[in-house]
Amino acid sequence: MKRTVFRNRWLPYALVAPQVAITLVFFFWPAFDSVRLSLYRASPFGDRLIYVGLANFERLLADEAYLRSAVTSFVFSFFVTIVGLALALLLASLANAKIRGLAVYRSLLLWPYGIAPAIAGIIWLFIFHPSYGVLPYVLSFVTAYQFNWFLKGWVAMTLIVVAAIWKQFGYNLAFYLAGLQAIETSVIEAASVDGAGPIRRFFAIVFPLLSPVTFFLFTLNMTFSFFDTFGLVHSVTQGGPGDATSIMVYRAWKDGFEGLQLGYSAAQSVILMLVVIGLTAMQFRYAEKKVTY
Amino acid sequence: MKAFVTRIVALAALVLTVAPPVALAKTDIQWWHAMQGVLGERVNEIAAKFNVSQKDYEVKPVFKGSYPETLNAAIAAYRAKQPPHVVQVFEVGTQTMLSSGAVYPVHQLLKDNGIAMDWNDLIGPVKSYYSTGGNLASMAFNSSTPILYYNKDLFKKAGLPDKPPATWDEVESMAKKLVASGAKCGYSTAWPSWVLMENMHALHDQPFADHSNGFDGLATGLKIQGPFGVKMMELLARGAKEGWFTYNGRLSKAEANMGGGECGIFTTSSAYIAGLTRASEGKFTWGTGMLPKMAGYPQGNSIIGGATLWVMKGAKPEEYKGVAEFFKYLASTDNQAWWAGVTGYLPLTNAAVKAMEASGHYAKNPHQKTSVNQMAAGKTTPNSQGIRLGNFVSVRDAIEEQMENIFSGKKAPKQGLDDAVAKSNDILKEFRALYK
Repeated sequence: MKRTVFRNRWLPYALVAPQVAITLVFFFWPAFDSVRLSLYRASPFGDRLIYVGLANFERLLADEAYLRSAVTSFVFSFFVTIVGLALALLLASLANAKIRGLAVYRSLLLWPYGIAPAIAGIIWLFIFHPSYGVLPYVLSFVTAYQFNWFLKGWVAMTLIVVAAIWKQFGYNLAFYLAGLQAIETSVIEAASVDGAGPIRRFFAIVFPLLSPVTFFLFTLNMTFSFFDTFGLVHSVTQGGPGDATSIMVYRAWKDGFEGLQLGYSAAQSVILMLVVIGLTAMQFRYAEKKVTY
Repeated sequence: MKAFVTRIVALAALVLTVAPPVALAKTDIQWWHAMQGVLGERVNEIAAKFNVSQKDYEVKPVFKGSYPETLNAAIAAYRAKQPPHVVQVFEVGTQTMLSSGAVYPVHQLLKDNGIAMDWNDLIGPVKSYYSTGGNLASMAFNSSTPILYYNKDLFKKAGLPDKPPATWDEVESMAKKLVASGAKCGYSTAWPSWVLMENMHALHDQPFADHSNGFDGLATGLKIQGPFGVKMMELLARGAKEGWFTYNGRLSKAEANMGGGECGIFTTSSAYIAGLTRASEGKFTWGTGMLPKMAGYPQGNSIIGGATLWVMKGAKPEEYKGVAEFFKYLASTDNQAWWAGVTGYLPLTNAAVKAMEASGHYAKNPHQKTSVNQMAAGKTTPNSQGIRLGNFVSVRDAIEEQMENIFSGKKAPKQGLDDAVAKSNDILKEFRALYK
């Protein structure tokens, strides 16, 4: 890599200053404020601010429902990420083949990414709706089982997982396609000459070569499903039935925004922040070593 | 981002409309509200009518999103020391507002500005819900109460007489017949906690929370795990299992099922009349009735939902004078009769009820009379005056979470209610700790 040398000592600092300022004001300041608020019991209108130390955290960790919500979040993120990436890779491999009308297929596959999570949720809500949804109607010919996600937790969970995967699909696909196209055909041809079939070629050559992309997408999808899926949950299940789809970010919002328990909600944000910092750090530390760039 | 752009556009529009110097020092009154669609247009009409009725004040209604969004906007503005003069807050936010120290009680506002109002003319349930020590804390605005709706076409098909069920026993037997005759849903409800827990306790004169439902001091615990609450939940859990009760989600979601012509019997807000009229047009006919009763319990009353207008501290005296004048206009019989007539909300004064009767409005719109009759037939007791809880939104959430667990058979009714109470009490404890 070429190293740029600045003559003026201050110029590089001046150049990064706007970015640093934005990061400080829009990221560090609110984050710091959340940490501070998490140590207080605060009234909505700001007239009472009682220091409570770590009481908000104690209350959270003693709450079975909160621990359940953490498990729900991980289950949700895990499925969204693993299933989402597997599907994207499969379809990217197919879309990478030389067939007629390729551009059309590719554009269609990228489409869902242009849709906001809340809208994606509504679309799937209509498809899954117990009374007027297409899917339950079709399934009613196959089985007498009621796929009512107003009452059945696992159906509700499946619904938001499917919607989240679908929504994120185009993005994952675009990266995998680019990754696939960057693989030298000579490598694959060499393997073919050595007698490796398409499946062997995929696992021995393509998949390892794609590992930087997979790593990047993994981090991104985990973060997406932890944070950006709020709109989806909010528009479709509101965390229900019971608390079957009450993921952590939704709970934090609900307790803060609707419940107006600001300190309690801030404590949840802090925990979320730690989770994501942990996830990212772990991935960079361990995954980076195994990833071949 | 979209909201941001909208705001810029709205700001630009505002600047353009305000810019010409016609405004001869009219005092502006900011009114933040949460009424969308048709209701939002009605709100604008009220403001426009008030604005032309006098020349000193200009009421400016601003739509701020959902009820929680509007409340949060007001909180943020208050903290930034630029609160609106008037903000519409939903009934579950009542205790939050009362404890906030940020409001100017309405009875005080009117007294300070020399405006006399006949508070006794307010209909009982509205007055009791929003008063402290007999004095109105916020200006009653849009109030509704749950009533029962039934689909006449489905009733006919099931061979049932054209009469709404009056008791839960009748709901059960009718709903069973409805389902047997092919209806997709015998009985369903919107607003599960509000209708089945809050209102059913009040209607049967059963306590919902201690300290007279929070009216005699901050509540410390719910009482819904008592025999009545358990009986209610057992009935519906059985209904869900036997198939004559269909659960269709929180908030107003289930209204889509009634409007779609699937449900034979349905309970929701009386303000749904307008929505159901539109949804059913040319498809099916329907009727209304009072909420069903459970035999063997005393008479209470149904309680109200909806929202009231709160006056925020921090404005100038002449602005408050305008707010007082505006409220006087709101309470006028003309405005009340018009507002109730076009929206389906309750007329807030007895005078307005009489005026609507006299003008033949109820003869033409008999369903709008159902809620009025229901409330008039009830008795206001400590259990039916209303429910006042801190962090009520979170409490309602805790209850509905467990109702879902009960209806799905995941938890026994008593167990579910015990869990709901334990979580709610924890939420109430936090609120008390804040204001001790």
